[in-house]
Amino acid sequence: MCLAVPGKVLRTEERDGTRMASVDFGGVVKEVCLEYVPDLRVGEYTIVHVGFALQRLDEESARQTLELFENLGLLEEEFGDPWQAAADMGQPEDAQREVRL
Amino acid sequence: MKYIEEFQDPMLAERLLEDIHATVTRPWALMEVCGGQTHSIIRHGIDQLLPEELELIHGPGCPVCVTPLELIDKALEIASRPEVIFCSFGDMLRVPGTGRDLFQVRSQGGDVRVVYSPLDALALARQNPDREVVFFGIGFETTAPPNAMAVHQAAKLGLRNFSLLVSHVRVPPAIEAIMRAPDSRVRAFLAAGHVCSVMGTEEYPALAERFEVPIVVTGFEPLDILEGVRRAVRQLEAGRHTVENAYPRAVVAQGNPAARAMLDEVFTTCDRGWRGIGVIPDSGWRLAPRYREYDAEHRFSVEGVTTKEPAACRSGEVLQGLLKPHECEAFGTTCTPRTPLGATMVSSEGACAAYYLYRRLGGKTTAPLEASTRD
Amino acid sequence: MTSTETAEAAETAETAADFSGWTCPAPLRGGDRVVMGHGGGGALSAELVEHVFAPAFGGPALAPLADSAALEVDGVRLAFSTDSYVVRPLFFPGGSIGDLAVNGTVNDLAMSGARPAYLSCGFILEEGVELELVARVSEALGTAARTAGVEIATGDTKVVEAGRGDGIYLNTAGIGVIPHGVDIRPQRAAPGDVIIVSGAIGVHGVAVLSRREGLEFEVGIESDCAALGGLVADMLAVTRELHVLRDPTRGGVAAALNEIAAAASVGVVLQERAVPVPEQVASACSMLGLDPLYVANEGKLLAFVPRAEADAVLAAMRAHPLGAEATVVGECVTEHPGMVVARTGLGGTRVVDLPLGEQLPRIC
Repeated sequence: MCLAVPGKVLRTEERDGTRMASVDFGGVVKEVCLEYVPDLRVGEYTIVHVGFALQRLDEESARQTLELFENLGLLEEEFGDPWQAAADMGQPEDAQREVRL
Repeated sequence: MKYIEEFQDPMLAERLLEDIHATVTRPWALMEVCGGQTHSIIRHGIDQLLPEELELIHGPGCPVCVTPLELIDKALEIASRPEVIFCSFGDMLRVPGTGRDLFQVRSQGGDVRVVYSPLDALALARQNPDREVVFFGIGFETTAPPNAMAVHQAAKLGLRNFSLLVSHVRVPPAIEAIMRAPDSRVRAFLAAGHVCSVMGTEEYPALAERFEVPIVVTGFEPLDILEGVRRAVRQLEAGRHTVENAYPRAVVAQGNPAARAMLDEVFTTCDRGWRGIGVIPDSGWRLAPRYREYDAEHRFSVEGVTTKEPAACRSGEVLQGLLKPHECEAFGTTCTPRTPLGATMVSSEGACAAYYLYRRLGGKTTAPLEASTRD
Repeated sequence: MTSTETAEAAETAETAADFSGWTCPAPLRGGDRVVMGHGGGGALSAELVEHVFAPAFGGPALAPLADSAALEVDGVRLAFSTDSYVVRPLFFPGGSIGDLAVNGTVNDLAMSGARPAYLSCGFILEEGVELELVARVSEALGTAARTAGVEIATGDTKVVEAGRGDGIYLNTAGIGVIPHGVDIRPQRAAPGDVIIVSGAIGVHGVAVLSRREGLEFEVGIESDCAALGGLVADMLAVTRELHVLRDPTRGGVAAALNEIAAAASVGVVLQERAVPVPEQVASACSMLGLDPLYVANEGKLLAFVPRAEADAVLAAMRAHPLGAEATVVGECVTEHPGMVVARTGLGGTRVVDLPLGEQLPRIC
């Protein structure tokens, strides 16, 4: 259902009344329709499916997710497992808030 | 940040796996809904790295595989007509209908073309005003907006020689159907990230609440899948069942409003048949009445084509985890990857097809491969 | 060509499980007409050979169905091979049908250890095609032959009516001489062999795909199309004990390894992270849902070498311009005979199956 890949907007233009962009997918450049994410700017990343940008990729969220992964083992080694601790305290949501919406 | 390699890092995968191993205390069956996630799981061998207690049930989320036989037969009939240029995503060409596939239609003279995007089909319609260009519009909520745009633009441009053969399906009704089945073994869902990029997460809390299942919106890179599993297991072990978003870089709660508005404009929901499963109420989209002239079924009068799904197929039970693939009588006899009866055998990642392949590996390996994969 | 051993192994295994090729979604066997997959170098091609060609004209020389036949004539061992070229577009980034027609046949000869010597060339031209195009293809053909050190010794031209061809089709056949003491064929793969690839994979297939109608994309890479005779000669100068050589063309590395595994009844274990895949190839594949292991190469080879010889062979390869990026990607094992298994980057495993036909872009 969902072979969608991240790409970086190189150029945007109107073509036949449709908002289009050249998007760079790691060295491969393809024309993409921007009608569903019309405010995408050059340099931003988007997720693309069958030639359509479907959502802007949020760098801050991505970094937070990776940080969480990096801290998983470390936190456990140094402080015990924060999620388990939170769950034990009946507040499992708190520990996860930082990476949620 | 390139959003790919960062989420394939083996060191971070190890961290996530350690956390999952430390959390699991008893058996749980999780379903990843999306075929793209199943692909990633098999491609990276993720299932073998998880604790034995965790079973991943591969869900019905490959649009190619769940497209009902009847619709494929309609596609074959339309594609055989001399005036038609029949356009499709590549992977649809090999899916067998009754007795043949689109490749064979091409070998018999049909003009069948692979396109990357529905807009490519639209361009073909503009370049070939004397031909009928039909696009096979399959897919879930992710693919429906691009196809809707193609129809919308055709209408805007007054292109009378473009039409869509619609087979769109929706995830939430499928989750509901799986959970409503008596004895369903699925205890948590990894929801399809890119579906939620479009639709958001608003449809899921009611399902999580009603069926008491955790639903974790999950991405597609290996770390994303592991994080989805990790969060689902955390919830299960803690006795919780909420909707979590483990793919926040590409999913926001409201989804993509522009795409959703286009879906409302062009499509209307309807009952749909799923290959090997049967009709699921309200689980699909068809063109709204005002776009009826762009409906290929209507234009080519194939509404009368009816095909019965093979009765021997029990993939519905396999999908719910009620039946192991090899316990089905048709498995390996009348139903093989080359002559599939249902969705789970059609896709190389379907539960039955995967079972088939790994049974061969298991049968010839003295030591289980899994033993050497993880120290 | 696919080896008969592949087909035989497939048949015997079918009693337990019919594995011979499935991609998402599953294929349909049978049908009473030729489909594109019959020319894809995968399972359908193998079936065509097994069920139609071999019964009709198979004989002792054809039986091994290697890339080239090894024939003994008056004490001289000759390698003999033929291949037809129907590529579209005729010119693609980094090469043309002319380069392919020379290098493809030269490489088929080189994969038996032969020193390629003479080629034939048949042109099938479509009425109406520009003579200038024929001249450009011929020029490419001549240049490629000189580079490869082979002579085009005989040829033929036919013209078909407009609309009955694709502009230009080419066929080349070639002969080469196999040096004494050299016995390179798929059946010789043995447990313990180290598997070496001569460089980055998937480049040719992606370069051609980028120009295919309906899929066009910009990618800054060119086909790796090259003649490998010189590289093979340098490898043989180090040791005659090369077990198997294969140029992974149609069906890519996956098809080549599957055929060898089946022919020799050995297992193949591939270390996925060791396989050199350029960024653009990886990106194009992830965009289209393809697997680089199944993408065609035209200037790369796979070598199965006894472990004791591996370092020396690797050094010789790296000293040659076409093998500068040569690297070890896997090994032969006794387990799972006939199967190729990849160890993934995360430490999992996956089965790398024989492709059925051409890979198709996926959406799921």
